[in-house]
Amino acid sequence: MILRVRDLRKAFGGVHAVDGVSLELPRGEIRALIGPNGAGKTTLFNILTGQLAADSGEVWLGAARISGLPPHAIWRRGVSRTFQITATFGTLSVFENVQVARLSEARRSLTLWRQAGGLERDRSQALLAFVGLTDQAARPAGTLAYGDLKKLELAIALANDPALLLLDEPTAGMAPAERSDLMRLIVSISRERGLTVLFTEHDMDVVWSVAERILVLHQGRVIAEGTPAEVRANATVQQVYLGEGG
Amino acid sequence: MSASLLLVQLLSGLAHAMVLFLIASGLALIFGVTRIVNFAHGSFYMLAAYLTYSLAQRLPLGAASFYAAGLLAALLVGLLGLCVEVGLLRRVYQAPELYQLLLTFALVLVIADGVRVVWGTENLTGPEAPGLGGAVPIAGQLFPTYDLALIVLGPAVALALWALFYRTRYGILIRAATLDREMVAVLGVDQARLFTSVFVLGSFLAGLAGALQVPRQALTNVMDTTIITEAFVVVVVGGMGSVFGALLSAALIGVIDAFGVLALPRASLVLIFVVMAVVLIVRPWGLLGRPAALEGAESAGPVTPEGAAVPRPWLWALLAALIVIPPLLPSFLVWLLVEVLAFSLFAASLHLLMGAGGMVSFGHAAAFGLGGYGAALLMQQAGAPMPLAFAGAPIVAAAGAAVIGFFCVRLSSIYFAMLTLAFAQIAYAIVHQWYDLTGGDNGLLGVWPPPWLASPVRFFYLALAACGGGIALLSLIERAPFGLTLRATRDHARRAEAIGVNVRRHRLVAFVLAGFFGGLAGATFVYLKGSVFPEYLTAPLSIQALVMVLLGGVQSVAGAPLGAAVYKLLDTLVTRYTGYWQAVLGGILIILVVAFPRGILGVVRDRR
Ligand SMILES: Nc1ncnc2c1ncn2[C@@H]1O[C@H](COP(=O)(O)OP(=O)(O)OP(=O)(O)O)[C@@H](O)[C@H]1O
Ligand SMILES: [Mg+2]
Repeated sequence: MILRVRDLRKAFGGVHAVDGVSLELPRGEIRALIGPNGAGKTTLFNILTGQLAADSGEVWLGAARISGLPPHAIWRRGVSRTFQITATFGTLSVFENVQVARLSEARRSLTLWRQAGGLERDRSQALLAFVGLTDQAARPAGTLAYGDLKKLELAIALANDPALLLLDEPTAGMAPAERSDLMRLIVSISRERGLTVLFTEHDMDVVWSVAERILVLHQGRVIAEGTPAEVRANATVQQVYLGEGG
Repeated sequence: MSASLLLVQLLSGLAHAMVLFLIASGLALIFGVTRIVNFAHGSFYMLAAYLTYSLAQRLPLGAASFYAAGLLAALLVGLLGLCVEVGLLRRVYQAPELYQLLLTFALVLVIADGVRVVWGTENLTGPEAPGLGGAVPIAGQLFPTYDLALIVLGPAVALALWALFYRTRYGILIRAATLDREMVAVLGVDQARLFTSVFVLGSFLAGLAGALQVPRQALTNVMDTTIITEAFVVVVVGGMGSVFGALLSAALIGVIDAFGVLALPRASLVLIFVVMAVVLIVRPWGLLGRPAALEGAESAGPVTPEGAAVPRPWLWALLAALIVIPPLLPSFLVWLLVEVLAFSLFAASLHLLMGAGGMVSFGHAAAFGLGGYGAALLMQQAGAPMPLAFAGAPIVAAAGAAVIGFFCVRLSSIYFAMLTLAFAQIAYAIVHQWYDLTGGDNGLLGVWPPPWLASPVRFFYLALAACGGGIALLSLIERAPFGLTLRATRDHARRAEAIGVNVRRHRLVAFVLAGFFGGLAGATFVYLKGSVFPEYLTAPLSIQALVMVLLGGVQSVAGAPLGAAVYKLLDTLVTRYTGYWQAVLGGILIILVVAFPRGILGVVRDRR
């Protein structure tokens, strides 16, 4: 198991956003985390990556406990993520967006007396080529179209060659054709490198076609877990989730 | 100390607190709804005080003249607020915070000179409030009747505001806007009109405070800056945007002020800043503020991408000119060049913070001053030779920056600005009041370079090496992986954390580096002038550096020296022809912010 989560809880005032979630992810699996709006998916991601502190519960990555560590330390251990609301560095060029992540991975972020210009160039360009942004490399990220921003986020998230990748709605707002292209990319890299992926998604077509297993969250609790076929057949899921959202 | 004296002191603290509350509530109201930090609020207060003074003499209403004058003055100031909001602020609501700050700061300068033109620089003593003159005995001590009336009036105003907020539809809108700006748009409210009315109301409250102050205090040209600092402290301590927080903290600050004067007469200055620093460290959103306000403010940096670097050949040509030409110049011009060099480095060091780091410091003068005092004290107290003291001064400043930065870098945008300001004021107060070491007000004199370096041209070359070298290093740092990463943290701190960047540590390193080079600039300046004064640590100098950076263009570190040069040139030229340099500077700032927010370099680039 690469990721083990035990009885995680987080409340905002009276709202139990994450309410006793436990889960295990084997290495190399692609798993979807689904649930209606407000189910607690993003909150769970934020806890896993250290951006929110849980009220209680533990997160283990392999043999190491990572709950309580700051986000940058968790990233160093190989957990990378994208954000539901795309998060890139708007005034940096597309190339620099990836380069800055590569420099961080190479532990050069604090280098003072040397121009960044060509450092980590090849790896950064390879990442951009992988997501298909080579043509846009020189543009400021803030001027990219929405779909391209999503791709850029993926490239940034892959910069440390992560062991576990958390994608919060990676294809939201993209055109249908772009969606399947992007998900194909994610599947291919997962197969190639044994990368474990946990992703949230509202587009059920994407979920059914990509996920090996699915975890269903509702009001902060896991209500079902299994293969797509099992989840599709699950009565509770049909009631609370498929019935409402489609 | 007798109990009755304490009681009277408490009451007089409360009276002052009421004036503070009036002005601070307006400030908090405006910030809460429009997110504008209005530096000119203190100027509105001062203007109302002077207007009350003049109107009270001219109105033919007998005893009622004073009260009518006060009300009229407050209304006039409200009207001025209307003009300012509609004519200027409306254009910058979408701009980065920094530009809004500079715009209101420009108004401070213009109004200050305006007051000097109309009312002169002599202190004026206002009339007594008819019917409220004299004093009443309280516990065997005499206490001014007027102050007693103020203590009653304050809560009355608070009650009126409460009724406005909780009993009217307008109040509901204001509260909704304070909590969540998007919500107001959803409610289908004319946002522009709401903003205007709130700004007018806030200005009116400042005017009222100014009018009420007339019988208590002589009118001076510096009323604006004195009160605005205190009002800021009140608002920050109470929680930005919280009117009732302002009431609570005004009482707190007023009383602390009153007892501080008794207990620690010489340290009173620093006391309220210590209070503010402690509150910001322990509870960054203030006593009654809400933490959410912190999250919304991701970055205060420029929104436009970085510009290309200045072409290499130009730089070499400039350097060659700086080496060849000075020996041919008259000495006064050489001295001017040294001054420009020192300020160029000072502005460039601030650029690392605010340009690359998105951390707008209002206290960068602390680095300048610490470098200056470091240079002087290392020579005079530690007996170091000048070259050694010159090298040690930036280290002193960097050490100071490490301490200040440790507390400040965890805060974002406006809170960062306020805490840096507080620390700079604390440093100022320490230097100002530690007479034995620093000479207090008199400063330290006779801090000269040794004779072999003292000729204008030789000292110029030393300054060129120090400051030119410093700027070159800063420019390298901004293009290094460190600088790139720093810009990334500015653009999106959470994203930066999520690619393994320890954002706080990065910001702290930037803060220390900026302190180091700011200190080097200060040391250069002190050896140029041969003396150092506590004023070198104060807000006007910090603001000057901000202006220089913006003047040149915040997008590139090359803008800072350009801005410094233009600023110093203008300063020298304008003061030759008029005594109203402040007003001219204010006018330049307004034009800059409203018409050319990208600075000189930005304009040049747009042309190409
Ligand atoms: N910072 C916060 N403060 C208060 N409540 C929050 C906060 N973040 C999330 N919540 C609440 O926690 C619950 C879970 O939110 P979360 O964003 O995790 O849901 P989600 O499953 O990601 O939803 P979506 O599909 O809409 O992205 C919601 O009720 C939300 O309102
Ligand atoms: Mg979500």
